[in-house]
Amino acid sequence: MLSSIRTLWYTFLHLFHHSETVQYPEQMPYLAPRYRGRIVLSRDPDGEERCVSCYLCAVACPVDCISLQKTEEDGRWYPEWFRINFSRCIFCGFCEEACPTYAIQLTPDFEMSEYERENLIYEKEDLLISGTGKYPDYSFYRVSGLAIPGKGKGEAERERPPIDTRALLP
Amino acid sequence: MNLILFGLLNIVGILLMLVIGAALLTWIERRLLGFWQDRRGPNRVGPFGSLQVVADMIKILFKQDWIPPFADPVVFVLAPAVVMVAALLAFAVVPVTPSIGIAGNLNIGILFFLAMTSLSVYSVVLAGWASNNKYSLLGGMRAAAQMVSYEVFMGLALIGVVMLTGSFSLADIVRAQQELWFVVPQFLGFIVFMIAGIAETHRLPFDLPEGENELGAGFHTEYSSMKFGMFFVGEYIGIILVSAMIVILFFGGWQGPLLPPILWFAIKTGAFVGFFILLRAALPRPRYDQLMAYGWKLMLPLSLLNIAVTGAVMLTH
Amino acid sequence: MAIIHIDDREFTANPKDNLLQACLSNGFDLPYFCWHPALGSVGACRQCAVRQFANPEDTTGRIVMACMTPATDGTRISIADPEAVSFRASVIEWLMTNHPHDCPVCEEGGECHLQDMTVMTGHAYRRYRFSKRTHRNQYLGPFVKHEMNRCIACYRCVRFYRDYAGGADLDVYAARNNVYFGRAEDGVLENEFSGNLVEVCPTGVFTDKTLSAAYNRKWDMRSAPSVCVHCGVGCNTSVNERGGQVRRILNRYNGAVNGYFLCDRGRFGYGFANRPDRVRTPVLRDPGGSMRTATRTEALDALTKTLGTGGKIIGIGSPRASLEANFALRRLVGADGFHAGVSAREARCLATAIEILQAGAVPTPTLREMEAADVVLVLGEDVADTAPRVALALRQAARGRSMEIADRLKIAHWQDAAVRDAAQGARSPLFVASVAATRLDDIAARTCRAAPCDIARLGFAIRHRIDANAPSVEDLPEAMQALAGEIADALLAAKRPLIVSGCGLGDEAVLRAAAGIAQALNGADRLPGIVLAVPECNSMGLALMQGGSVEDAIDTVTEGATVIVLENDLYRRAERKRVDALFDAAANVIVLDHVSTATVARADIVLPSANFAECDGTLVSGEGRAQRSFQAVFPKDDVQASWMWLRDIAGTSEWHRLDDVVRSLASAMTQFVAIGEATPPGDFRIAGSRIRSEPHRYSGRTAVDADRTVHEPRASVPEESPFSSTMEGYYGQMPASLIPFFWAPAWNSIQSLNKFQDEVGGALRGGDPGVRLFEPNGAAAPRPDATAPGQFVRGPGQWFVVPRRPIFGGEELSALAPAVAERIAAPSLALNPADARSLDVENGGMIDIDFKSGSYRLAVTVAPELPSGVAMLSVGLPGMDWCALPGWGTPRRAEPAP
Repeated sequence: MLSSIRTLWYTFLHLFHHSETVQYPEQMPYLAPRYRGRIVLSRDPDGEERCVSCYLCAVACPVDCISLQKTEEDGRWYPEWFRINFSRCIFCGFCEEACPTYAIQLTPDFEMSEYERENLIYEKEDLLISGTGKYPDYSFYRVSGLAIPGKGKGEAERERPPIDTRALLP
Repeated sequence: MNLILFGLLNIVGILLMLVIGAALLTWIERRLLGFWQDRRGPNRVGPFGSLQVVADMIKILFKQDWIPPFADPVVFVLAPAVVMVAALLAFAVVPVTPSIGIAGNLNIGILFFLAMTSLSVYSVVLAGWASNNKYSLLGGMRAAAQMVSYEVFMGLALIGVVMLTGSFSLADIVRAQQELWFVVPQFLGFIVFMIAGIAETHRLPFDLPEGENELGAGFHTEYSSMKFGMFFVGEYIGIILVSAMIVILFFGGWQGPLLPPILWFAIKTGAFVGFFILLRAALPRPRYDQLMAYGWKLMLPLSLLNIAVTGAVMLTH
Repeated sequence: MAIIHIDDREFTANPKDNLLQACLSNGFDLPYFCWHPALGSVGACRQCAVRQFANPEDTTGRIVMACMTPATDGTRISIADPEAVSFRASVIEWLMTNHPHDCPVCEEGGECHLQDMTVMTGHAYRRYRFSKRTHRNQYLGPFVKHEMNRCIACYRCVRFYRDYAGGADLDVYAARNNVYFGRAEDGVLENEFSGNLVEVCPTGVFTDKTLSAAYNRKWDMRSAPSVCVHCGVGCNTSVNERGGQVRRILNRYNGAVNGYFLCDRGRFGYGFANRPDRVRTPVLRDPGGSMRTATRTEALDALTKTLGTGGKIIGIGSPRASLEANFALRRLVGADGFHAGVSAREARCLATAIEILQAGAVPTPTLREMEAADVVLVLGEDVADTAPRVALALRQAARGRSMEIADRLKIAHWQDAAVRDAAQGARSPLFVASVAATRLDDIAARTCRAAPCDIARLGFAIRHRIDANAPSVEDLPEAMQALAGEIADALLAAKRPLIVSGCGLGDEAVLRAAAGIAQALNGADRLPGIVLAVPECNSMGLALMQGGSVEDAIDTVTEGATVIVLENDLYRRAERKRVDALFDAAANVIVLDHVSTATVARADIVLPSANFAECDGTLVSGEGRAQRSFQAVFPKDDVQASWMWLRDIAGTSEWHRLDDVVRSLASAMTQFVAIGEATPPGDFRIAGSRIRSEPHRYSGRTAVDADRTVHEPRASVPEESPFSSTMEGYYGQMPASLIPFFWAPAWNSIQSLNKFQDEVGGALRGGDPGVRLFEPNGAAAPRPDATAPGQFVRGPGQWFVVPRRPIFGGEELSALAPAVAERIAAPSLALNPADARSLDVENGGMIDIDFKSGSYRLAVTVAPELPSGVAMLSVGLPGMDWCALPGWGTPRRAEPAP
């Protein structure tokens, strides 16, 4: 009983507390760079698409709102199409964590309301940005073993030149 | 002729005041809750958001007025009307000031008030029944049990006041408090009456008939549009009514220094309305069995004790 | 059964197994790489280390490789031993030092044995900071992709390719950390089982190139159990689907049939299902003669109008359509109007084959039983072309002698390297009598090249040698006599002799000769077997329905009749002008098919039927095994199963689902009584649930169709099927015929199969899928009076041309697959060098050859081993007209084209 009265009193005192509400949109809140908002696909420092179409974002997505199709050009993998259904997205960021190439990134932008659900279907053209996003220096193909134009076998980081199978040297 | 005109004006005035007050309360409650929860509440529509009421009104009027095909249509429509009518009728006996008030001098004022509040239980039970939905029915049954139980000691709590005054007329009761508000000699009665009043209007923490987390929305699950609005408004009129009754019975009604009587009445009533909202902001909902036990095992003995002590004191004098 | 103790608990094991096999069979997760149930152990990867204790008192023990240690009675081992655990983790860490960071761009990712094993051992963080060795990749043809950086040097690929499948062009080069698995130089992998490298390789060195072209991870593909439609062996497959397209075919283990391996035609021949030119909508011929696509209702209206005229209706079935479709047609047109859609010669051969298998005394073995044969005679059939998986089984049978030697030396059969060292390539006798060189010759004890009738004569001579009561063969050349004697002696000495023949040459005498030998061998303590290869996936089922041939249909057609052709291209079955005559005579030609063929182009009404991946259906393999395949693709247009179209045409409504058809087929034709047992019925449920056909991680449900509609259309679910078409439903231990894909917790790769077998490498739990429709009853010995045909006499200025159905291109559907099409050789006529000289043509030169049915201009291949006067023509290739083979052809020197 007493505790109830105390509760009433403390609650009443909140009348004189400062309000926590931010008066959006007049007053824009600070959103950290790691804020989980609209999803983008970034490019590597050379300006090529970072996405290698590995499907890990799609499988990590708890609401299954990411779908894509792999295609290949000169040994380089990239998505033929890449679709995010933002009307289903819960902005959990699992896709970003799953992405092995830093391609998919969540950005501090959440102002994407629409009147038609169709307008929330983002295709690759809508998702792809021209910059590197949060990770300016990383390029997957400089690390991985697949040969692509401009980087042959054995030319990635920490790789020795390809073996000559006919060499007799030990 | 003048008397009749004055009477009519009184009626229309009070009716308007009540309905507008109830409507405003929907906004005031949300803003107060906001403040108590370190938020702002609705502050966008009109000055300080006060036109939120209008916006909500328009919205609720334009909602689809849906009667579920499985419901009993006649009773379904009747139920929300009953709650509003009962609450409004009870106000007939409230003496706002010596001059304002429809039948403040009615010599069975308290009985009339009790009778009208009892009527509102029908509304809730009928709504629950007519909805033909198990959650609504459960809500209705809870409401019936709760209101019937709390009505018992609501009445008993008032006996002390009546004994002191020697009259059932509310105006007489107010006048009897010229020297001392009845809250002092009848403190126990005040507490019991207030708690019963909260239960009677099924406001938090006694809103088990609506218990969202277990019953959807209780008895008004199936209601929409203005029919739902009537339950809503009925509830707020109930709050005003119970607050007004507390003021009249225990806090000297319109009486007070300097300010005109009408203002005193409004200030006092408003304070209690605010207290009701504070309760909602601060207290959790008890379990249903706790509610019933609280009523029968604590409140009822307390109210009986109050009568006994009051009687004993009066006899010794 | 031996009792072994694993971590102080008792388990039973087969004492012939090794410990790794025993541990896996008992449900333990023990990592391994180089061991494979079909390939045995070599102890190359050192991954399956366990601690073995000498006796209960021994607490020290020693680390051993489970795959190299026999599961003898009383063995005590510990898998959980801390030292063994850290040993395995270290081995993985070493293996991983050179493994690239490729997983995101690796086709194996998500179903990678190396990933599974890495996770299983707990190695999670790479400490190796130095540079990695790299390799250059090779072009290996249209089927297999090569990425050598990923290699962990387990040697499985060469052990399979060279030792198991007999390939020669994949080998290991360089040494130690640098070992390289590939060809001497870039080029197409020649062996027809190269596709199995994809499944055999524990990581992503060899991957499926056709899948890579339209790639999806394993978890993203719907899968359904299916049966290969590219030959008559009836290998079990899993069809993987995504986006309405067949993405790949995987081997589906069936202990009795295909085991762990598929041929490349079966694995990569699915491309026909995805062709843009395939039939997807009904097509009607306007009165003007032009074709236009129509709706389903329009088509059915047109059909009602057509059939309402009441003329004669002729139905032509198909050996590549399911039993149910053929039966639906037979019911629609009546037994008299129904004709099996095969050539007359093929129909005769098939009838003979059925007579031999059904009324004979010698059973036809399963592929697993074939592998146990100790002497094999291949009589006149090039099984490497017509039934490739049988050829692979015969290769294993030839290793029987090695195993005998191993037994003598008390070496366990799974000690692969030891067995090979001890046996030094010793083989059981395998005799090949054929017209031309076959791809089994390399393991044959003796080969013999002769014309078909001479092959039959050799067979009859062998029979006479075995059973003196059988008629002898007159005028047999000395060499043949000697060979017949040698083969007969070998067969008589065998315990499980196996005679292999088939319909490939189109010569009944060869079949009868083979049957005669098998019959003569029966008795004593021998268990002979006879294998007769049939050309197509449901040839046997269709032949059991006894419907004559296409030629019968052509003969019986009357002016104004209606012809219904079921999934068949008649131009591949009979002479062009005769088929044209049939279509000209017919007032209406209704064709049900899923691929665009010349027959479809002649139709008045074309109905889009479902292919093997789009409907459920039953096929009967050459062994007489009825097997059900299930729907994996749910087409969005008017495509439906042929039996449904035929039901809709007939206007009958008592068939709602496949089970209704199966039931009425079983009751209408006694030979099919058992087909309902091939698989549980359509209302089969486990704990009230259907079996899910999509893995539980299936992704993109709410986005994949969002470009068309955001409303997430409801998944189409077949009315009665044991499978749900979504990721909802049961997945666990299900009946063997209903396993949509192999997966088990911690086992994402195909090796999860271990969890579905009774004993690793044995039958699937609950018995291998399929039901045999017949067993030999011995009621009528197959023509004991059959006598040898006359000797081959070459015609004046004529060659006897025999057909060859090449593995790539010889089968209609797979030839339409882009990957297989790349491997199809141009049609050519193989000639004896002397014959070539007589016409003055060289290898690659052109000649004209005239048949009764028409003439061809063909390139010449000189084949020294061909008998003189016999030519061999590859048939069935796209763009080639049918001609009556075997038959006489008159060659001419090619005149310059006018």
